[in-house]
Amino acid sequence: MSAAQNYTAGKITGIIANLVIVEVDGPVSQNEICFIQSESVKLMAEVIKVNDNKAYVQVFESTRGLKPGTLVEFTGAMLEVTLGPGLLSRNYDGLQHNLNTMEGLFLKKGDYTRALDEDCIWPFKPVVKAGDVVQAGDFLGETIENQVRHRIMVPFKFEDRYTVKMVAEEGEYEAGNTIAVLTDRKNNEFDITMIQKWPVKLAVRSYREKPRPFKLLETKIRTIDTLNPIVEGGTGFIPGPFGSGKTVLQHAISKQADADVVIIAACGERANEVVEIFAEFPKLDDPRTGRKLMERTIIIANTSNMPVASREASVYTAMTIGEYYRSMGLKVLLLADSTSRWAQALREMSNRMEELPGPDGFPVDLPAIISNFYSRAGYVYLNNGETGSITFIGTVSPAGGNLKEPVTESTKKAARCFYALSQQRADSKRYPAIDPIESYSKYIEYPELQEYLAKHVSEDWVGKVMQVRNILIRGKEAAEQINILGDDGVPMDYHQILWKAEVIDFVILQQDAFDEIDRSTPMERQHYMLDKVLEVYHTDFSFESFEEVNPFFKRIINSFRQMNYAVFRSDDFNRHEKELHNIIEERKTA
Amino acid sequence: MRETKAFQKIYTRITQITKATCSLQAEDVGYEELASINGRLAQVVKIMGDHVTLQVFGGTEGIPSNAEVMFFGHPPTIKVGEDLAGRFFNAFGEPIDGGPEVEGEERETGGPSVNPVRRKQPSELITTGIAGIDLNNTIVTGQKIPFFSDPDQPYNQVMAMVALRAEADKIILGGMGLTNDDYLFYKNVFDNAGALDRIISFVNTTENPPVERLLVPDMALTAAEYFAVEKNEKVLVLLTDMTLYADALSIVSNRMDQIPSKDSMPGSLYSDLARIYEKAVQFPEGGSITIIAVTTISGGDITHAIPDNTGYITEGQLFLRRDSDIGKVIVDPFRSLSRLKQLVIGKKTREDHPQVMNAAIRLFADAANAKTKLENGFDLTHYDERTLHFAKEYSEQLLAIDVNMNVDAMLNTAWKLFERHFKPAEVSIREELVNKYWVKEH
Repeated sequence: MSAAQNYTAGKITGIIANLVIVEVDGPVSQNEICFIQSESVKLMAEVIKVNDNKAYVQVFESTRGLKPGTLVEFTGAMLEVTLGPGLLSRNYDGLQHNLNTMEGLFLKKGDYTRALDEDCIWPFKPVVKAGDVVQAGDFLGETIENQVRHRIMVPFKFEDRYTVKMVAEEGEYEAGNTIAVLTDRKNNEFDITMIQKWPVKLAVRSYREKPRPFKLLETKIRTIDTLNPIVEGGTGFIPGPFGSGKTVLQHAISKQADADVVIIAACGERANEVVEIFAEFPKLDDPRTGRKLMERTIIIANTSNMPVASREASVYTAMTIGEYYRSMGLKVLLLADSTSRWAQALREMSNRMEELPGPDGFPVDLPAIISNFYSRAGYVYLNNGETGSITFIGTVSPAGGNLKEPVTESTKKAARCFYALSQQRADSKRYPAIDPIESYSKYIEYPELQEYLAKHVSEDWVGKVMQVRNILIRGKEAAEQINILGDDGVPMDYHQILWKAEVIDFVILQQDAFDEIDRSTPMERQHYMLDKVLEVYHTDFSFESFEEVNPFFKRIINSFRQMNYAVFRSDDFNRHEKELHNIIEERKTA
Repeated sequence: MRETKAFQKIYTRITQITKATCSLQAEDVGYEELASINGRLAQVVKIMGDHVTLQVFGGTEGIPSNAEVMFFGHPPTIKVGEDLAGRFFNAFGEPIDGGPEVEGEERETGGPSVNPVRRKQPSELITTGIAGIDLNNTIVTGQKIPFFSDPDQPYNQVMAMVALRAEADKIILGGMGLTNDDYLFYKNVFDNAGALDRIISFVNTTENPPVERLLVPDMALTAAEYFAVEKNEKVLVLLTDMTLYADALSIVSNRMDQIPSKDSMPGSLYSDLARIYEKAVQFPEGGSITIIAVTTISGGDITHAIPDNTGYITEGQLFLRRDSDIGKVIVDPFRSLSRLKQLVIGKKTREDHPQVMNAAIRLFADAANAKTKLENGFDLTHYDERTLHFAKEYSEQLLAIDVNMNVDAMLNTAWKLFERHFKPAEVSIREELVNKYWVKEH
């Protein structure tokens, strides 16, 4: 498949910021990668438009000092990522260059480090034998990468069916060694190593079927799991103004979620936030395996001061690596912070190419680009019947905190869970600031998920969740009435409804991301607490005057919160539960 | 930075002149290269074949179509060295204090970014003596944080105060669109304080052309990188006013016929601002760059594209507010936020810092509610009245920007105020801290 070929060359005729126009002497393709031969280094660039014999390329570097007439070599390939064992716990830039092996304090132009080490030795165990017929994505063997079973697959690029001619015996091999030889129908032979490549802009489709997702993905965050659950293979997004806690929430999800592999794309955000992950993840334990969190994590860092063009590449790089692990039958969680920066990068380029703009100057195909990207997530049945998933959660940074802007609106059409962060909740320190009424999860309406929840959580779970939603809405209405009519201008019931909703807010919705215990609530415990809270809701209390309502419920909330801070079913937990019980008894009407 | 090579080609035919740019046919020109047009400094912003567009920093007023254009063959540079200390420069890095040219190593400004894996997590606080900052919104080395301030607020005074008091090895002022009066104010304050040997200023005043401002942050930050990387120094960079910087960006993009996005700002505003603010960094060898900026806003509106994009980039924001009860300017404890304070408070400062900070702000919020009640004609409880008294003293003795003390003294003052107005239960601070710090009965 790799016959020597003469690739197109060209020379620079125009430069506007990181958009470079190249006059070419032969064919070029959209999204083809080229290298600009600038003085001592080669700068990587991608074709984003072709007009006659002019290719418009976006350069993944600063174009300072480039001159017209400079030579450009095209590669014939699109932007590709390198896939194989050794990706886990790596820190990459948006183009999958290893940040740790780069030299010096500062990023150097054209310092393109390798994504994987081909000499690294891995234990290999074959799972096929000579004579087997295989197709793209089928497992040829497996190795162990940070305790994750890493399958070595027939490269995704292999169309049609192949026959295994040879497969290596169990043993230790370099990643670049041939571990199998496949033959096609015409008896051409292909050497297979543990490493393959795949173009990031194309979805990997080596699976049999993509059903509607139906399995709950536990994030251990109550306001998500209980009220607006996300599923394995689901999509969600978190819009919110600055300071509303997007990043803290995403970090919490990345630490706690029940996933085999977590990929974090830091796309155009603050470098110090990535540094926080670098500093913390190698120390934090993965609650599922007891190993360090970093061992299941891959970070794609394209911070806001890194080249703008690779922002777009960074989310695709992350998604493609996710698809690779999904094809092995693993549960992948992909987080991107923030997709607005990626959209802005698209806007900058579209502007430089003088395209007619859509709303707010964004390219007109922005909704299509976003929905196409979100569609790459999902739950799949592999060809061998195993399952894998990519759950994708992106943050959106709406300009001015206004949700009626193109990126938020386009994402709303594509993502199935909407976690709206509210400035008001953030201001009153009610974290996570997910607005329980504005936000939604479409999945909870799926009969598939309802069935799953009935089986795995409890028979009437969805009914309870709906009830909780209703209480929250009624609580909000009561609060509005009280604000208008005054404390003594409303019936006593209003105060009770308001405070019963506040109990749900304080006990279920609010969660301390910095507390050892509270930050992570497994489903069993969420179920227990929800029942407790509903028990309070269904109890009638008697009060002499409205002034007694507030202090009484504050005591209830306090006991509940102490329970939240205690180890589930520990002595402390039981003590506070008893305390709660006693407080309830004080005013319970028989 | 303006020397030219011998036998340099001189162009004399300009084909297009706008208010901010000139275009001409020229060969062998590099992108972002500097040029001079009849002695005015300009930079290449667009190349189309042999057609080159230059942004003219000094403005194009009076430039003729036969002006002499020479290309320098390199992007903007600055000479860096210990000699920079104590000096005032213009946006081109030329002395404006009457002193001699600086000797030093010539460096390109606006250089590459730090590899994120080579950064260190910020962990050292930088004190200013202002309680609204040190106590409530502690700033950490390597942080970037702006004041969001209406133009009538005394942000330049606060910045000057921070410059004089901050415990930093070097303080670099990047002044963009300063009025001449404000420039003289800074000069005067720095001269009189005798702190001049650690202060470096790059100043563009309103008397200079606006496009010149675009050079100031890069000058200031390239100098900062020199001291932070080569000398392992703690460098504090003060940038005022970033709104005028952004306005200059929009002028240039407008003249280049780019499609504006929100609020007439260029679509690349976020990246342009991030490139500057992300120069804030903590290096592993101890050097650091901390950026405190001013972004003037209009009528407190933070949804405008400039403060909005800034807020997404910086690690928090500070608000000034006039407190009518005490007639002084305070750092607003409600709207201000330092995202990195968690890294140092109670760790590098005294153990009671986080709890005291939160308790005081909570009580201050109770006072604000009491005030609303009072204004709406409701009766106040005894507790409400005490919070009002507390709030007044808290404002006066801690939040006012003219207060200058160290963090321990701030904490002691807060405890004193708690004790004067409240019972320990009302303050709700962890018991062991109350036992240790609550001022004993008189």
